Amino acid sequence: MQAIIEIEKLNLFYGAFQALKNVSMEVPERAITAFIGPSGCGKSTLLRTLNRMNDMIQGTRIEGKIEIGGADIYSNDVHVETLRKKVGMVFQQPNPFPKSIYDNVAYGPRLHGIRKKQELDEIVESSLRSAALWDEVKDYLKRSALSLSGGQQQRMCIARALAVGPDILLMDEATSALDPISTLKIEELAQELKDKYTIVMVTHNMHQAARVSHQTVFFLNGEVVEYSDTEKLFSDPSDQRTEDYISGRFG
Amino acid sequence: MLDLHPTGQASASAELGTSLRAGSGPSFDRKARLRLFNSAFKIACIAAAGFVCLILLCILFFMFRTGILTFRDVSFSEFFFSTNWDPENESYGALLFIFGTFALTALTLLFSVPFSVIIAIFLAEMTPAWLRNLLRPVLDLLVGIPSVVYGFLGMTLLVPMLRDLTGHELADGLLAASIVLTIMVLPTISRISDDAITAVPKKYRDASYALGSNRFQTIVRVVIPAASRGILYAVILGMARAIGETMAVVMVIGNTAQIADSLFKPTAVLTSNIVMQISSVEFDSTWNHALYMMGFLLLVISLLMIVVMRFLQQRGGKNA
Amino acid sequence: MTDRSASAPSAFGKRSGASAIYNRLFTGFVWFVGICVILFILGLLFLLLQKGLPKLTWDFLYGLPSEIEEGGGIGPALFNSFYVLFLSLAISIPLGLAAGIYLAEFAPDNKWIGLVRICVEGLSSVPSIIFGLFGIAIFVEMFQVGLTILGGAVSLAFLNLPVLTRVTEESIRAVPVEMKNASFALGSTHLQTIRRVLIPVALNGIITGICLVAGRAFGESAVIILTAGVTTSGSMWDFNLFSPGETLAVHLWYVQSEAIVPDAQEIAQKATAVLIFFVLLINVVFRVPLWLNGRKTKL
Repeated sequence: MQAIIEIEKLNLFYGAFQALKNVSMEVPERAITAFIGPSGCGKSTLLRTLNRMNDMIQGTRIEGKIEIGGADIYSNDVHVETLRKKVGMVFQQPNPFPKSIYDNVAYGPRLHGIRKKQELDEIVESSLRSAALWDEVKDYLKRSALSLSGGQQQRMCIARALAVGPDILLMDEATSALDPISTLKIEELAQELKDKYTIVMVTHNMHQAARVSHQTVFFLNGEVVEYSDTEKLFSDPSDQRTEDYISGRFG
Repeated sequence: MLDLHPTGQASASAELGTSLRAGSGPSFDRKARLRLFNSAFKIACIAAAGFVCLILLCILFFMFRTGILTFRDVSFSEFFFSTNWDPENESYGALLFIFGTFALTALTLLFSVPFSVIIAIFLAEMTPAWLRNLLRPVLDLLVGIPSVVYGFLGMTLLVPMLRDLTGHELADGLLAASIVLTIMVLPTISRISDDAITAVPKKYRDASYALGSNRFQTIVRVVIPAASRGILYAVILGMARAIGETMAVVMVIGNTAQIADSLFKPTAVLTSNIVMQISSVEFDSTWNHALYMMGFLLLVISLLMIVVMRFLQQRGGKNA
Repeated sequence: MTDRSASAPSAFGKRSGASAIYNRLFTGFVWFVGICVILFILGLLFLLLQKGLPKLTWDFLYGLPSEIEEGGGIGPALFNSFYVLFLSLAISIPLGLAAGIYLAEFAPDNKWIGLVRICVEGLSSVPSIIFGLFGIAIFVEMFQVGLTILGGAVSLAFLNLPVLTRVTEESIRAVPVEMKNASFALGSTHLQTIRRVLIPVALNGIITGICLVAGRAFGESAVIILTAGVTTSGSMWDFNLFSPGETLAVHLWYVQSEAIVPDAQEIAQKATAVLIFFVLLINVVFRVPLWLNGRKTKL
């Protein structure tokens, strides 16, 4: 598989604290990559550097290089808005806007200049279909998104991210606030989406990583301890610390 | 989706890279325009914030500069410690107004705080939902009624009432003014206290009831202490309003420059004296300067109260 | 809690003793005081309205005031009230919103900005008469324009500015950060996020603030007396910014305290009724969009 994200010697500091230490890795295209590790290990931080959401935290400093599709995303000629359009994100807590379902999904396309009702309708429908939510909400598009259940809200957030036409989808512990059934639905959805999108997910749930992903990266204290195919990492880890973690000895 | 975004997911990763770089793609103009709007908007916001600051500084500066001129002609001790205010004869003792303001504020708080807290408890803890939903908007509307209406109410209804009750010929004075102010600040203090009491987490109440306390004990020992900071905030806010209120006071205080040694003696406070005299004096006279100095005093008092309030809030933030 | 030993007979028997009596007394007392005080205030207002409302006529609302004879109206004062209100809001809303947005979204987090915040907070509770004095210093002394509608409107706008700035800042800060993140993650610029997410979500708070400020400006009298005077130009629909700008609230005070017309008392009663009516109306008018917005964004 071809690599779509290449990270080279990345160091990230919040003020004096170093959150990521010399991270180098590649993320393959159209596959699911999972970041695992105990909380505070830097997995979410790395995820948030991929669409530069860390820019908004004051005192963040970055050394090293991240290339997406060969373009250095921290160089001056990359517009952060374009980057975020191409690298969508789904958050830990479902975060719908207090608007209707339709307006939520159409928010992104409207931002990027699409005004025609018909065009928007099509995008909303196809995005909701891709997020496996269309059949549940097609008659209630004008209802407030806050009236949906937690799992539905999260799938709507995925639809909202898909509606701007990303190539990469970042999922930051997207199922941790959901019940088991909703979690399962999101996992199935991720499986379907991986044919079209590159998915990077952070999860605190090792079983989820084992179930869903092709490649798994294990983080500890801001460092990448090990990354390899999921099967290999879980069955035959090469690092003692990885083995300790996946066998539940800490974390 | 594929058809709608031809440059989207179908692109090879190299294509994605190109599309990320600036200056590419058909939407370049749009991006440039967005950037321009963004910076223009930011500059406008900065300018507005700068302007607000400028106004604030100007107010402090003008009040201070004009007020301080008083002390060219009047000694410091006369202004602050004499009660003889007779500008026609060059006497500028402002103590009686300062005393009046503090006395009026203290009296107002004395009346309004107990009533307000009781009303707040009533609203937050005891009323059935329908009555609460009716009373809260009513109190909110009372907050919005112009002070001059309260003044008029005091002048035409309360003062005659007081006159009949007490037998005084003139009922204008501190008592009448403080009753009017109480009516005015009561909705403010009780609504904010009400919010503070409502905001006390249910778990405190549950814990108290689960230990077998009744409603009285729960409210007095758990709810009120937990909401005390919010109630204090409400009281300070009410106090600020009482100190600065002008028109409602002017209409019932009697506007006479004598120190109030009785509750029914016509007197004056800082605000009422300023508004009654300012339009009849020359701008560059000592009289006028003295009025500005009184304004500056009011400004300092109210700013001090804000600092105290901030301090309380910060300490509260740390404790919580 | 205090009478654990006293209430022994049945373990779950009815409590007796001091605390139970206190409890009942307390409940009764709070009910009594709460109802009495609220009824007292409402009763006073009702008395006021009852004296004024029945005598209201269109002639009174529209008519010109009279200094000597009976039967004067409040037309110009009422017009000035709205004119000054409109002008002051037109000045203070854009400035206040922009400054509030700056403090909430763009301002760096340092001690200068902290100082600015304290100043804004401080000035939002400064007595209104200070703004009147400031208005005199600026318009009457510095620019020598005398007592005018313009001076009154600008001074009122200054009075409202700190309040609007604070309300805007607080409402925008209260928007959950998740929503901001969601918007940024979809590739929106800062301005787009502010315009399409932050302001719509914060709108309830902002409109409540504007409503408060508008009501206050409409009823404010101290500032107007000092900066716009206690007379009108004496004709209706006078849009001249440099006319004297007595408003209805000032007129109420003026006829009651200074005027020599024989029917002053009646004019004041009617003016009070009109004033209360319009303050209520402003509240209702400003709350309609709030209600609509609430319907759209809530369930």
